[in-house]
Amino acid sequence: MVAKSIISRPVYGTLSPQPGKHHLFIADAEGALAIAEIAERAPPGFFDDSEIVFIPGPDGKHIAALEALKPAQFHQAPSFASLLPRLRQTLANAHMGLRLYLSGTEGLIGQAMQVALEAGIDHTSIQTEHRGSLARRMQCVHCKGITENVTTQPATCAHCGLLLLVRDHYSRRIAAFQGVCINAEDRSEIPPMEEAFP
Amino acid sequence: MSTGTTKLDVVVSDVVPVNDLVTRFHFRRRDGELLPTFSGGAHVVVEMRDGERTRLNPYSLMGSPLDTREYTISVRRDDVGRGGSLFMHRNVRPGLEMVVSYPVNLFSLDRRARKHLMLAGGIGITPFMAQTAQLAAEGGNFELHYTCRTASLGTYADVLRERYDRRVRLYHDDLDERIELDRLLSTQPLGTHLYVCGPAGMINWVRDRAASLGWPAETVHFEHFAAPQPGLPFDVTLAVSGKTIRVDEQQSLLEAIEAAGVDPPYLCRGGVCGQCETNVVSYDGKFIHNDHWLSEEDHRSGCKIMPCVSRFEGRSLVLER
Ligand code: FES
Repeated sequence: MVAKSIISRPVYGTLSPQPGKHHLFIADAEGALAIAEIAERAPPGFFDDSEIVFIPGPDGKHIAALEALKPAQFHQAPSFASLLPRLRQTLANAHMGLRLYLSGTEGLIGQAMQVALEAGIDHTSIQTEHRGSLARRMQCVHCKGITENVTTQPATCAHCGLLLLVRDHYSRRIAAFQGVCINAEDRSEIPPMEEAFP
Repeated sequence: MSTGTTKLDVVVSDVVPVNDLVTRFHFRRRDGELLPTFSGGAHVVVEMRDGERTRLNPYSLMGSPLDTREYTISVRRDDVGRGGSLFMHRNVRPGLEMVVSYPVNLFSLDRRARKHLMLAGGIGITPFMAQTAQLAAEGGNFELHYTCRTASLGTYADVLRERYDRRVRLYHDDLDERIELDRLLSTQPLGTHLYVCGPAGMINWVRDRAASLGWPAETVHFEHFAAPQPGLPFDVTLAVSGKTIRVDEQQSLLEAIEAAGVDPPYLCRGGVCGQCETNVVSYDGKFIHNDHWLSEEDHRSGCKIMPCVSRFEGRSLVLER
């Protein structure tokens, strides 16, 4: 679980079935487990009106478990970027009564949330559950480049190569944590790099 | 203390009968200045001095928020109420000097909405008059569904149709025209917000259907001013100010507290804003709760009362006021 810290950190809950006409689930890797668990609490027929979009982790697990829920639609995508056009399309044509459930890594939840906000869904009405890796999506404040799946503290910016302190400051707009140069005074000073977001 | 209810000295500039039940009143500032700005959905509390008695009733502002030379309200005559609307209909004439509160908005448009879906019943149309004017000026996306008893009692239905044409749908009870609520709610684009104003039964029905059809609570907005109901007189002890007062039949508990020289907070005087919430120190009898603010659990607990609309019957009541 994600430790509580400063205010701009997003707060995640536990997925719970909402009243609605359609249920759209977006999950990655271990996020599948949150969907499997909601199934135990959901009213009969809940998945008849559901669509699950899943990005499997490197181990490719959980696909069969999700298919077994018999959602009306089930899709797999190799990455968030690859499902984005389809997600935008779905939301653009959707009606009130569609409920959104996001589960998995912070990167996935944050990016999906951002697309949902653009489509006019209020963030308080979106169900989220953090599962699996604590890896962060980080934006370098210097070059603005985004580095995905950051697990260390400090971390190297994949774009400009600066050594960055991964702050708890989270931007909902860009769905990323802020990374700030840790050795601006003296580049030769290299603090030890630790595995902070496994 | 009446939070946010700084007073405005106004004069009645016009009184216009609209139909058999509804009359419209126009107010301007006595000093000729512009009135404070407001947003669609705001109300003012109108002070009615009727001999010994002062009644304070909330009314939605129905004019365009773009025009602050005057405030306009529409009052539906209620022949069995406590007399506020009758006072307005019988005693208020152009030229009369009156006092109204600053506008307060407890029913504002949510600016994040992609579309505004409005449902009005009867005199509940008034806040939508201001909101539609505001949205039309900004190029906002809205649709208004308005249910009235008969065409002749469809207050401002003609004006609205003329202004907004097909964005306004009318339903007449006497012609058995009913809004197809489930279909309407299920075909709205994502990002729509819902606004309801009308009789309590209608508001409950719409809120209930919206919740079951998956509208998140923060997308559903409603306003219903409960009119304080007349009832049996009762005595109340105000523990903090050390006074014992009588609430007479036609008076609200809040009015009786004010008449005793105590100035408790209020905003809406209609049981919706929560400002007047008062702790009960002790009681022997039963509460008649009429507010939309406290939870059912609060109502059962006997620990709280909303004096703007609720009453009491019994031997004794002591309030922390
Ligand atoms: S004054 Fe608003 S609830 Fe009583």
